[in-house]
Amino acid sequence: MTQPRTTATFTTAMLVCWLIFASVPLWIERVGLYQYLGVEILIFAIYALAYNLVLGHAGLPSFGHGAFFGVGAYAFGLAQFNLAGNLWVCLIAATAAAALSGAVVAAFISHRRGIYYSLMTIAFGQVFWFTAIKAHGITGGEDGLLKIQRLPVDLGVTSFSIADNVALYYFAFAVFVVISLMLWRLVHSPFGRVVKAIKQNETRARFVGYDVWRYKAAVLVLSAALSGLAGGLFAMAQASAFPDVMSLHYSGYVVMMTLVGGGLVSFWGPVMGAAAFFLTRDIVGAFTTAWMLWFGLFFVTLVLFKPEGIAGMIQDLAQRPKLRSRPAAPVTPAEAR
Amino acid sequence: MALFEAKDLHLRFGSRVVLENVSLAFEAGQLSGIMGPNGAGKTTCFNVLTGRYKPHRGQVLLEGQDITGRSPQEIARLGVARSFQIMNLFDEFTVFENIAIALPATRARGGNMVAQAYADRTLQDEALEILDKVGLAARADDMAKALPYGARRALEIAVALACRPKLLFLDEPTAGLGSDGRARLAELIRTLKGDLTIVIIEHDMEFLFSLADRISIIHWGQVIAGGTPAELKANPWVQSSNLGRLN
Repeated sequence: MTQPRTTATFTTAMLVCWLIFASVPLWIERVGLYQYLGVEILIFAIYALAYNLVLGHAGLPSFGHGAFFGVGAYAFGLAQFNLAGNLWVCLIAATAAAALSGAVVAAFISHRRGIYYSLMTIAFGQVFWFTAIKAHGITGGEDGLLKIQRLPVDLGVTSFSIADNVALYYFAFAVFVVISLMLWRLVHSPFGRVVKAIKQNETRARFVGYDVWRYKAAVLVLSAALSGLAGGLFAMAQASAFPDVMSLHYSGYVVMMTLVGGGLVSFWGPVMGAAAFFLTRDIVGAFTTAWMLWFGLFFVTLVLFKPEGIAGMIQDLAQRPKLRSRPAAPVTPAEAR
Repeated sequence: MALFEAKDLHLRFGSRVVLENVSLAFEAGQLSGIMGPNGAGKTTCFNVLTGRYKPHRGQVLLEGQDITGRSPQEIARLGVARSFQIMNLFDEFTVFENIAIALPATRARGGNMVAQAYADRTLQDEALEILDKVGLAARADDMAKALPYGARRALEIAVALACRPKLLFLDEPTAGLGSDGRARLAELIRTLKGDLTIVIIEHDMEFLFSLADRISIIHWGQVIAGGTPAELKANPWVQSSNLGRLN
């Protein structure tokens, strides 16, 4: 009866995750990898966390999220060329443009669920992708938007360059810390719980008085906005923006990362999934160009035998000794871990 | 004036008429029953009254205010709650959270994306008080899906109670329960009676006759009889059905 009904702002898993990422530039080259890989993993970890807001927390299977990531990347570049060469302006532009795109999509699909929701997101994703390819004057078409600068981080009193990969990594890390902390709060807030309730039972949520449409729309806009932010960072990392990140198979990558990592059962699953994806690409990719085949097989195996993903395996391992010593351990909600 | 009134409701599914000339009135503080055979249109009637379906004709009035065709969430916010015949819970939530999420206090903070959802003591107490009322306080921290069937039935009602309704619709609350479970549920509903206006759909005539102030009988989408339990016992339809054996 005295069980706490609140969630800690900081958790062990969170601090461990942050510590690991904070130390990456110190050892990544010693294990034969390279600094830019860390940047990619972090950016996609932010993207996957944002995506999981929709898939894992709201249960809305979006297969067109690449659109928002791509819109963010283009918006970052376009803002830099046409608005101001200021990092904050460009990142806000990336976030806002993606949020706006998310709002347009949400207006059309928030009354849907399940497979219909998925199909609509695919359709919209294709519309954005096709537009990016065809709007040559704005996006550069298939040539992409080139010469995007890594803008200096201007903090008013001081300013430092992130042209170097390690510096960019630490900037992305700072963004990751802020976003993950925000999202952690969000999923335990009243809004987050209502979204979770809607995921489980839309009908009942409606009959206890929730305007389900508005919550579904809001969560998509939020997720799109943060995906756009990640896209903006990616444009900076790549120093360019291309339509391929908006394609259906790129949208599929973030779904795979999230599921492989265990986004359905764990807040940190998508982060692990993003890391697993890029590590597979580089490590297996060093042996064979068909690395995607192996990652795909791994994905299929997981879906068949362990749909809870990597996070689910870790949870199982963590629980096993506890079960032995305390057989009557109470069932606790998985997302608390 | 009755608390809740339905006037002359008509509803068709395609060419099939499912509700015809249905007029019902539920008085404040009373427990009304709706009875009738399978497929008679009882649940459909609830669905119209609580906003799931829009009637083709007719009016639904809450405290004299026309709420015909309003959405379920609007009607819920006006103080009309319902339970479901087929269990409709938040299975991945704890028993506590099933209640907490349905409380108007949580609903009012639904746009808050920063604060803890259930840190507030009064909110916790409110949820636990409701669970206490239905006898589930000791299981507050169990997952809803882990509850035995009877407890899930009680939780189904508790979620509706958590909406703090003026009017509570219960759709076959005893569905699937044995005689023990029925007795316990009847006891629970008896304790709720008086504080709340309640409308129950029920197949079990004995159950309904022991609880209800008034009963309406729906058959073929029409209200074919209505009255106090005593009056209805004299009704020819009731006598020709299994209830005849009750007397």
